[in-house]
Amino acid sequence: MSPNRFALPARILHWLMAALILAMLLIGAGMISTTTDRYPELLAWHRPIGLAILILALVRLAVRLTHRAPPLPADLPAIQVAAAKGSHYLLYTLMIAMPLIGWAMQSAGGYPIILWKGFTLFPILPHDIVVYGWLRFTHGLLAYAFFLLILGHLGAALFHGLIRRDGVFSSMAG
Amino acid sequence: MTTPIRTLPRLAVIAAILAAVVAVFAWVGGFLSPARISGSGVADSLQTANGKIYPGFRRAHAKGLCVSGHFDANGAGVALSRAALFPAGSVPVIGRFSTGGGDPSASDGRNVFHALGLRFALPHGEEWRMAIDHTPIFIVSNPADFLALQQAAIPDPKTGKPDPDRMKAFVAAHPETRQFMDYMKTAPLPSSFANGTYYSIDAFRFANAQGQSRFVRWQFEPETPFAALDKATLDQQPTNFLFDDLLARMQKAPLKWHMVVVLANSGDRTDNATVRWTGPHRQVDVGTLILDHAATEETGGCRDYNYDPLILPKGVSGSDDPILAARSAVYSASFRRRAIEGPRPDAITKAESPAKSQEGAR
Repeated sequence: MSPNRFALPARILHWLMAALILAMLLIGAGMISTTTDRYPELLAWHRPIGLAILILALVRLAVRLTHRAPPLPADLPAIQVAAAKGSHYLLYTLMIAMPLIGWAMQSAGGYPIILWKGFTLFPILPHDIVVYGWLRFTHGLLAYAFFLLILGHLGAALFHGLIRRDGVFSSMAG
Repeated sequence: MTTPIRTLPRLAVIAAILAAVVAVFAWVGGFLSPARISGSGVADSLQTANGKIYPGFRRAHAKGLCVSGHFDANGAGVALSRAALFPAGSVPVIGRFSTGGGDPSASDGRNVFHALGLRFALPHGEEWRMAIDHTPIFIVSNPADFLALQQAAIPDPKTGKPDPDRMKAFVAAHPETRQFMDYMKTAPLPSSFANGTYYSIDAFRFANAQGQSRFVRWQFEPETPFAALDKATLDQQPTNFLFDDLLARMQKAPLKWHMVVVLANSGDRTDNATVRWTGPHRQVDVGTLILDHAATEETGGCRDYNYDPLILPKGVSGSDDPILAARSAVYSASFRRRAIEGPRPDAITKAESPAKSQEGAR
């Protein structure tokens, strides 16, 4: 028997992380666009939410590996199957890589990694600002890639839900 | 079976939802607000005003020298803030003395604006970073004015100097900027990095263990007696005279400053770095900064930090001063740029290196 829906923990994690990741992309884009008080405020939120996403993504990966996902519709064209599978590998990769790169780049930049006032995280890379520079560049680039991927994911989900109406959308939303 | 007639409106709905998400992102990211000022925008304006990019160097305060030592707290600060810097004891400090401007090999006589970046390494990974200046006031009160000032300072391609009329117009419209420029012209400025008082510029908020919070500014007052800079002979001074002076002094003896916290009175402006706090104020000497080691940026270990004044420990937070948040954002943009360009040998290292490389050859 194949399930026709994702397991409950997978569904909870999906929607919680959808909200957090979208918030995170908006916080990141917003904070680098301004020199007002919003800059330090958003930056202060960016780090703890990033760490929360990292922890949740690792939990989610474990859930994904231990629970069977509903199969894709049998009549889905091969190209769409490949796109679905590939995009999900990328989404998981970015969910884990983006916070790790953020943490690593702040470490290499010689910054204290302040989760909240008075609580700092240990560095995961030695202080080297050239490494910081490249990681910081990568972090911004991948943020755009992540955003585009999420747009594609959302578009595909709506396509399944509104046009194909093949049960894929309700397997996560239902 | 769906027909195109039923599919099209649904595709349109999907497209509209995606477009709305993109629009929200574009709006939040400032892509729809050309007037919004970003840290990168100010870094761009500094580069333009500098006349060129000096890769690997800070976009402002490009010329510097590393110092290190410790801060010996006397315990008096505990009543004001729960910051881990204040209980009686000693914490290690790394610092960087610098002159204003974006040219890393500028002559010290041309840039008499002195600054000091400090990084206090507190217990449990906490840090307190400061970027303090030898003037009690700042040149503008908000980032938009700072941007306009940089634009007024863009060198004219014909003369290589800023258009004096543009600068005159800016200063005429900004009495606080005129006040700063007059201060630089008429006030006695310190003749050395060692005998200047360094001010926090912005107001900050201290919170103590009892939960009381108050606005403060602070200053580092030198034990070295003040001597005034001779402004008439600046052009005849050697290129690195300020930095050479500091190196020579530090070879003889450690240099000391007292950190004096100034408590705001009820009428004080906390949101405007161009306005001095005048009249009597309660001041608390919270400890002594002792700098006992100096080295060039190549070897001194201070170059690769961003002295962001909003990297603060528990017990200290920013104020409503718009310059403070802007400094944080702009320093970050500058740091990002110079980091990826990769550090380059600084002027003081280069000035000292002929002797060093000969020693190495022997």
